[in-house]
Amino acid sequence: MHEPSAQYKKRLLRIKVNGRWREDAVADGCMLVDYLRDTAGLTGVKTGCDGGECGACTVLLDGLPVLACVTLAVRCEGRSVETIEGLAAQGRPSRLQQAFHEKLGAQCGYCTPGMVMASEALLRRNPTPTDDEIRAALAGNLCRCTGYVKIIESVKAVAGLAP
Amino acid sequence: MSARLSEFQLVQPARIEDAIAAFVAKPGARYVAGGTDLLVNMRRGIVSADRLIDLSGVAGWGSIDADAEGMTIGAGVTIAALARDPIVISRYPAVAQAATSIAGPGHRNVATVGGNLCLDTRCIYYNQSEWWRKSNDYCLKNRGDTCHVAPQGKRCHAAFSGDLAPVFLALGASAEIAGVDGRRRVPLSDLYVEDGRAHLSLKPGELVASVHLPAVLAACAYEKVRARGAIDYPLAGVAVALMIAGGKIVMLRIALTGTNSRPFLLADVDQFIGKSVDDAMLHGVDRLVQRQVQPMRTTLAAAHYRRLAAAAVARRVVRRLAGA
Ligand SMILES: Cc1cc2nc3c(=O)[nH]c(=O)nc-3n(C[C@H](O)[C@H](O)[C@H](O)COP(=O)(O)OP(=O)(O)OC[C@H]3O[C@@H](n4cnc5c(N)ncnc54)[C@H](O)[C@@H]3O)c2cc1C
Ligand code: SF4
Ligand code: FES
Ligand code: FES
Repeated sequence: MHEPSAQYKKRLLRIKVNGRWREDAVADGCMLVDYLRDTAGLTGVKTGCDGGECGACTVLLDGLPVLACVTLAVRCEGRSVETIEGLAAQGRPSRLQQAFHEKLGAQCGYCTPGMVMASEALLRRNPTPTDDEIRAALAGNLCRCTGYVKIIESVKAVAGLAP
Repeated sequence: MSARLSEFQLVQPARIEDAIAAFVAKPGARYVAGGTDLLVNMRRGIVSADRLIDLSGVAGWGSIDADAEGMTIGAGVTIAALARDPIVISRYPAVAQAATSIAGPGHRNVATVGGNLCLDTRCIYYNQSEWWRKSNDYCLKNRGDTCHVAPQGKRCHAAFSGDLAPVFLALGASAEIAGVDGRRRVPLSDLYVEDGRAHLSLKPGELVASVHLPAVLAACAYEKVRARGAIDYPLAGVAVALMIAGGKIVMLRIALTGTNSRPFLLADVDQFIGKSVDDAMLHGVDRLVQRQVQPMRTTLAAAHYRRLAAAAVARRVVRRLAGA
């Protein structure tokens, strides 16, 4: 990586990541996915297509799913970002994560962080989604392994249960 | 590590006037709204900018105002907000339909109305990585000198593929455009030019501030043909506004997207005024659509398929709206 020239100085980004405020020097052209992986060390955020097409990089920005590979990090100033790393509590996976594990919603696992975050956003908004609502919420997340049935079953398994 | 963007400076104005001033002050500046089109293209190296002007912080940019005259939709309204707005759903259900069909949920949360109206045209020879395009000697739209779709010609046929424009056109929308010289309001169709390399009539620094929809009594619907049921752009998209009284057509507008370098209103539909929606009328619509669309080999689907699909969808939507 080359050093940014003086004209394109980094700026100080104040951002809440998984519930904790942090400050980092970030270049204007830095994508949220790179900031989260390289600077914050949150490699649970995956880069799949690197161009807004697959959903692997889905994180929650102020609670809404967005694609970190087409989001400028500096535009998240003062906002809250949640990644897959934020779901586990005291080292224990959340109920949704556990369901993906038990119901075989994850195979190779590459799409899983994005799938789980998109599902998490859905369940917070709508704790008892129908199959169609689950499909619509996950429509932007591609999976090459599962055929999606097991993913929908995983989300279904926690629907209606308290988080 | 993923592909880095070229270096640029992001400016975040709070007023439209400041955004325009920031644009004209720096050659090579570009506006960015949701970024779901622009940032993807910048990452692919097909668009570059020294300065990005972030429109998301502009005051009043993201509001929807409805009254008896119609509705004004700020260019910064997100596609997700548009899709779930109760007044949009009740008064202009076709707008909500089209919005829901755009990209995926993660895009819609940040993508905007203005970005959707102004998104770049698309082509399989253009929306590719740098090495892909380079190994193909680039093309007329970007760095090259030949169009691989129509090598004899001198124009680019990349297709405009936004989903909102056809619905707005069918509803008789106008656009409020802001620039260095103030504001002007134009029929939405005047925003577009049939040229894949320069499909917007905006002058340097100009931006779309809002879209105005008149109050309409006509029934309106939108349907698109796409490869998959989500994420994909329209291979052909058709919006129809239809009003029938006493069994006869009193108003008809048909607008298309995905087939040409601009979204457009089908010409010569006035011949159907006073007629009823029957097989002969639907056949006439089919013929008009097939004659006026200009799909080229810019998608993986064959151009001829898009022509037939556009006509079939137009027939189907007219029939459905007529309840025939
Ligand atoms: C995988 C994928 C699938 C997609 N599928 C669809 C689809 O099915 N249908 C569809 O319509 N789109 C689709 N899109 C494109 C895009 O997400 C939408 O068109 C979106 O609405 C663009 O809005 P934005 O705010 O993100 O635009 P931006 O990327 O911010 O801007 C797009 C362009 O418009 C210009 N611009 C933005 N706002 C204004 C303004 N107010 N005035 C003047 N110029 C402006 C920008 O300078 C830029 O050139 C898809 C994108 C991806 C990545
Ligand atoms: S239509 Fe031709 S010039 Fe335009 S993007 Fe495609 S190949 Fe390039
Ligand atoms: S890596 Fe972001 S959408 Fe594919
Ligand atoms: S589990 Fe492998 S891509 Fe989904």
